[in-house]
Amino acid sequence: MNTKNKGGKGDILLEMRDIVIDGFSDDRWHPIIKGIDLTLRRGEIMGLIGESGAGKSTLGLASMGFARPGCKITRGSIVFDGKDLMKASEAEKRELRGSRIAYVAQSAAASFNPAHKLLEQTIEAAVRHGISTEQEARADARKLFAELQLPDPNNIGDRYPHQVSGGQLQRVMTAMAMSSRPDLIIFDEPTTALDVTTQVEVLASMRQIVEHFHTAAIYITHDLAVVAQMADVIKVLRYGETVENADTRTMLSHPEKEYTKSLWSVRSIEKAEEESEDIILKTEGVDAGYGGGIKVLDNVSIEVPRGHTVAVVGESGSGKSTAARVITGLLPQSKGQVLFNGKALPPALKDRSTEQLKKIQMIYQSADTAMNPRHTVRDIIGRPLEFYLGLKGKALDKRLLELLELIELDETFVDRLPAEMSGGQKQRVCIARALAAEPDLIICDEVTSALDQIVQKGILSLLLRLQKELGITYIFITHDIATVKAISDQIVVMYQGGVVEQGMKSEILAPPYPDYTQLLLSSVPEMDPDWLTGLLKERNQG
Amino acid sequence: MSVGEEGYSAAGEVSLIKARRTFRANVWRGLKSAPPTALFGLTVISIYLIFAIFAPWLAPYGEAEIFPMSYAPWGDEFLFGTDQLGRDVLSRLIYGARNTIGIAVATTFLAFLIGGCLGIAAAISQNWLDHLLSRSVDVLMAIPSLIFALMLLSIFGSTATNLIIIIAILDSTRVFRITRAVSLNVVVMDYVESAKLRGEGLGWIMRKEILPNIMPPLVAEFGLRFCFVFLTIAALSFLGVGIQPPTADWGSMVRETAGLIQFAEYDITAAMTPMLPAAAIALLTVAVNFVVDWFLHKTSGLKD
Repeated sequence: MNTKNKGGKGDILLEMRDIVIDGFSDDRWHPIIKGIDLTLRRGEIMGLIGESGAGKSTLGLASMGFARPGCKITRGSIVFDGKDLMKASEAEKRELRGSRIAYVAQSAAASFNPAHKLLEQTIEAAVRHGISTEQEARADARKLFAELQLPDPNNIGDRYPHQVSGGQLQRVMTAMAMSSRPDLIIFDEPTTALDVTTQVEVLASMRQIVEHFHTAAIYITHDLAVVAQMADVIKVLRYGETVENADTRTMLSHPEKEYTKSLWSVRSIEKAEEESEDIILKTEGVDAGYGGGIKVLDNVSIEVPRGHTVAVVGESGSGKSTAARVITGLLPQSKGQVLFNGKALPPALKDRSTEQLKKIQMIYQSADTAMNPRHTVRDIIGRPLEFYLGLKGKALDKRLLELLELIELDETFVDRLPAEMSGGQKQRVCIARALAAEPDLIICDEVTSALDQIVQKGILSLLLRLQKELGITYIFITHDIATVKAISDQIVVMYQGGVVEQGMKSEILAPPYPDYTQLLLSSVPEMDPDWLTGLLKERNQG
Repeated sequence: MSVGEEGYSAAGEVSLIKARRTFRANVWRGLKSAPPTALFGLTVISIYLIFAIFAPWLAPYGEAEIFPMSYAPWGDEFLFGTDQLGRDVLSRLIYGARNTIGIAVATTFLAFLIGGCLGIAAAISQNWLDHLLSRSVDVLMAIPSLIFALMLLSIFGSTATNLIIIIAILDSTRVFRITRAVSLNVVVMDYVESAKLRGEGLGWIMRKEILPNIMPPLVAEFGLRFCFVFLTIAALSFLGVGIQPPTADWGSMVRETAGLIQFAEYDITAAMTPMLPAAAIALLTVAVNFVVDWFLHKTSGLKD
């Protein structure tokens, strides 16, 4: 099964030389890819890794001789199996795409036509390109479904895209790409939108099928641990240039460049846990649900010690964010109570006093939607200062600058709009907005999951520093165990609306585990190329 | 294995800083890239506005000034002749721009004030208020608006104020619908939730959080609504229940001189007289539509 380090055995399948791609924005053409070389052999899996905006996807698409609208390939050569794609006509390229080169997109849900059954969409490319007849293609698709470990492979193709889960849809998409037995598959962040527990299954089935058919693949991701499981060689990109190029094991054990090392530096933050008896917030037997009597939270009791961090972990749908909505008052609970500083908080938002609202602040996952795109940083941070503290004029400006300094930004940011900042800077401004209210408790809802590793590290160390300086309490909702290790004192594990366990970090992260905690912890990819193989072996035996 | 702390600074992170342009620079850039139809529309609208604002200085005679000669032919003294009472048609055309456009603009503003506020409020609340408002709007829209307006005007009397209020209320139903629809996309954003969590009142959320984000479709709708209001007023005036004499207005001018059209075989210029206010109405409607089209095209992102 192990295909690692076999690069060099196959012939060269794809060769890209000195690729330059320009993108159009702000009335000008800017280079997005600045002269990258890429060589891929038959049966080899290459991981393309880098932050958002590094040009990974653009380069991935270029290997099909394709540039997105607003981009153009201005220089270089792309030779696929002896054919120069730069000189090929559109018709020739169309002949290759879908039959010899296939593409698996990040969001499977957006890539399927909701009006057609899965099987019809899976076989479309193979039938269109005349590779097989419809009958053959159907039988073959069922075989692929089985190989990808989809449940009920003979009938799942008769369902519509909305009738299967996200992880299953991503696997159907892989089957679709595989149906014409291409020589090269491009995976563009195929598991980024999935839960860790689902991600493991999808990764395993993808790897198995790619190995089985000896297909070459380009695997694009920003998660180094994921790519370590899939790829034979890894290429690190930044600002449209190659940073480093090496086979997986060398890259993991001996990265050469500082930047490559920084990609997994978030795993280097480690917080020493502290115990505390002083409870700031406590939920007692809380039930809550959305209209129609669907119960999302079932008897949730959580204790949050003052000045410390409680991490709430669990997969999506486990009720983590709903618990946060109950605490903030956005969703009044149907049973139980929330005690803040020993006093019960009114369930509904409108019954809470300004003072109570001020003490609990929230930071969101996506800074893009958490800030009004038409407000400047001054409006965003200044409003809580004005609203809660009644600051005006010079006093407000002074406090605004202090806050900006606290989040390591300077006065040049005061008049910027959200669109004029990077992802990390935006999240910092959201943190400053929460701090402006001078709260006791901040609820952080997946605040780092949309960010690149190096930026994540910056945000996490900022949050830790603020806690030390200001004594703020955090409830940190996340599904990323590395983040949990970095920031928490206590951990709450949630599953299907209930609390599986709560305890100190060292207790939860040490055996013996309840079944669900075990599954969750073991599903987090590790920086070890043999991790997935080992895990699967272990699970099969167990 | 950690990156040097000194090598990383949050403020130094590369971000997409677009050159911020001043409002004037933006307008200039927009105008330079505007298609000829939009430029034509803008020119026509500016000419109308000049006539409307400077009517007393531009018109050769007074709005209600009566001369002894009724139905005077086109000529040097009266460029477009006089009407049935002996009033100068050219002067009334110029004053008509002021009255008709003024009332139409006021009506459209009022319609947007009512429909816009209620639409945003309905989108935010999404409870009984939303249901109540939406169903009431459905009921109002089920009745043909011109006939409804005719009925209400005969009940309450055709003063300019009544005209403005009645048409504004009837037209605010359309504004309500579009405002509610576009606001629904904005109220689900985290920043609106964040404002609610802060304890902000309904007024703040409506004005500061939602309104700036739904402006482009509303501005486009304003242009279109203006056309419809303008045509409704002209139609009502033509029917005799709109703007009342002696105030000059294009709709009633068409009605008053409509009879002249049958003299086309004897005097072509006389037959043209009722055509002038009609053409003025048509031209403005077309011009506004051109500009709105361009604006919608620009803001909706349908650039290719």
